[in-house]
Amino acid sequence: MKKPLVKVDVVNASSQDSKKNSRRKFIKLGGLGIAGSSFLLYGCSDDDLFNPGGEVGGPDPVDPVDPPVDAVFDLGSGDVGILNYAFALEQLEAAFYTQVRAGAYYSGAPAEEQALFDDLYNHEVIHRDFFKAAITAAAGEENTLPDLEFDVSSIDFDDRTSVLETAMLLEDTGVGAYNGAGDRIADATYLTLAGKIVSVEARHASAIRSLINPDSTDFAGDDIIDENGLDPATDPADVLAAAGGFITTEFTADNLPEPMTGS
Amino acid sequence: MSIIKLLDDFSSEKLTTKSSSRREMFNTLGSFGKKAAAAAVPFGLATNSASASTMFFDHEGPLGLALVLEYLEAEFYMKALESGVLAPDSRAEKVYMQISKHEDAHVAFLMEALGDDAPAKPTFDFTAGGAFDPFNEGGIGQETAYAQLLALAQAFEDTGVRAYKGQAPNLMGTPYLEPALQIHSVEARHASEIRRIRGLKGWITGSMRGDGMPEATQAVYDGEENVTQGGVNLVTDLTYADEIVGDLTAAVTQAFDEPITGETAQAIAGLFIVSDE
Repeated sequence: MKKPLVKVDVVNASSQDSKKNSRRKFIKLGGLGIAGSSFLLYGCSDDDLFNPGGEVGGPDPVDPVDPPVDAVFDLGSGDVGILNYAFALEQLEAAFYTQVRAGAYYSGAPAEEQALFDDLYNHEVIHRDFFKAAITAAAGEENTLPDLEFDVSSIDFDDRTSVLETAMLLEDTGVGAYNGAGDRIADATYLTLAGKIVSVEARHASAIRSLINPDSTDFAGDDIIDENGLDPATDPADVLAAAGGFITTEFTADNLPEPMTGS
Repeated sequence: MSIIKLLDDFSSEKLTTKSSSRREMFNTLGSFGKKAAAAAVPFGLATNSASASTMFFDHEGPLGLALVLEYLEAEFYMKALESGVLAPDSRAEKVYMQISKHEDAHVAFLMEALGDDAPAKPTFDFTAGGAFDPFNEGGIGQETAYAQLLALAQAFEDTGVRAYKGQAPNLMGTPYLEPALQIHSVEARHASEIRRIRGLKGWITGSMRGDGMPEATQAVYDGEENVTQGGVNLVTDLTYADEIVGDLTAAVTQAFDEPITGETAQAIAGLFIVSDE
């Protein structure tokens, strides 16, 4: 089945006006576009669309021959692909908050802000390690995204504004990513799991925004929530293009499932 | 036992005495407690055909339930903004205006989606039969009314997050799953901000409703203490590659929000719905 091939390019990644500014900023903050610009995403095959009953299996074997040593990992198809996609984002968030807690902003921050970043760090480490365990159990280690390496050198961890704005962009992006992934999930258990996590990410996003501008409507501001009162639901291609600036380990997302309903 | 009868009992209790200190005021809120909790439990299981729940929740499906919750929130914030309890230009007023805008939009969206199947808007009683006076209509005083206004908002938002999450599987394969998820995360943003205004963390620890929350709202938080995700106990069965700061169990419960069933959501919302009969 022929599906349109979408070349993801960091420079032209933004598609919706309301999110253009933040995404552009994100990419700028991310600096490097190495991994992001290399993502090629296209639709899945039909047999990826259904995987009922919690039996997820691994991605379809493309090549029976052992992959070369330097093979680029593909996130996979079906629910495993979506879980690996979420795992990649949680790895990024956990790596970011680990760096935050090692930086001069954090060490000099008021106790309330330190406590907030301790919580965010905890939550993202828990999400990350949970996904690793869950995907490994469901699909085997060979189908679990490896530990990624990141380049966060564009972020000034000594500067409160740099830290908070990056945190905001990561959390907002995470919310949009989970919202955009929901309709691609086949198993209700995984959908509920994603739901359990995305609302915590949204609580984070709100708190960070509230910290940046406490006496305001920014916690759910008009820059992120549309006129129908909806948070973004972002396609994986756009999310990976945005987050790719921080990710130095190359991987592909060639087989992620399409939305079930096309909504 | 009729919910209305139970709620009537609340009004005879001395729950609305003006308190001088914030702590006393919160204790007053707390004493609302047991009766409402008792009401909440049998409410969802009630077979009494005269109960409000039967009128507004039967046969409505996931979107109908969502619409009733949105009706409740939209009317609550509108009345809050009209009440004069929120100080002009205060952070709380700005926040309530923004949330009010979103809840109105959610009502409009769901009414459009449901068309002729949209349930009628119930008659709400945000005093829950006289137990609360969030709009200071009964003269409880601005300070106590303000505290109740915030406590109710927290309960409604945290309920909304859990209710949408619980309905997501029922929307799979429909064009409404994605917008429902987009509403769900907005409710979570609201919840976080209201909690922070109240001096709490934006996320839920264990099944704790948090300081100053009436015991009647405990049903909103029961089950949030879950630490098992995808069959894995994240406290006892997982080794973390990076050290968790502070209490692991607390962190694990914070990191995952839990769903509630439609019945539980109905029971909570039902406390604020009166029968037109």
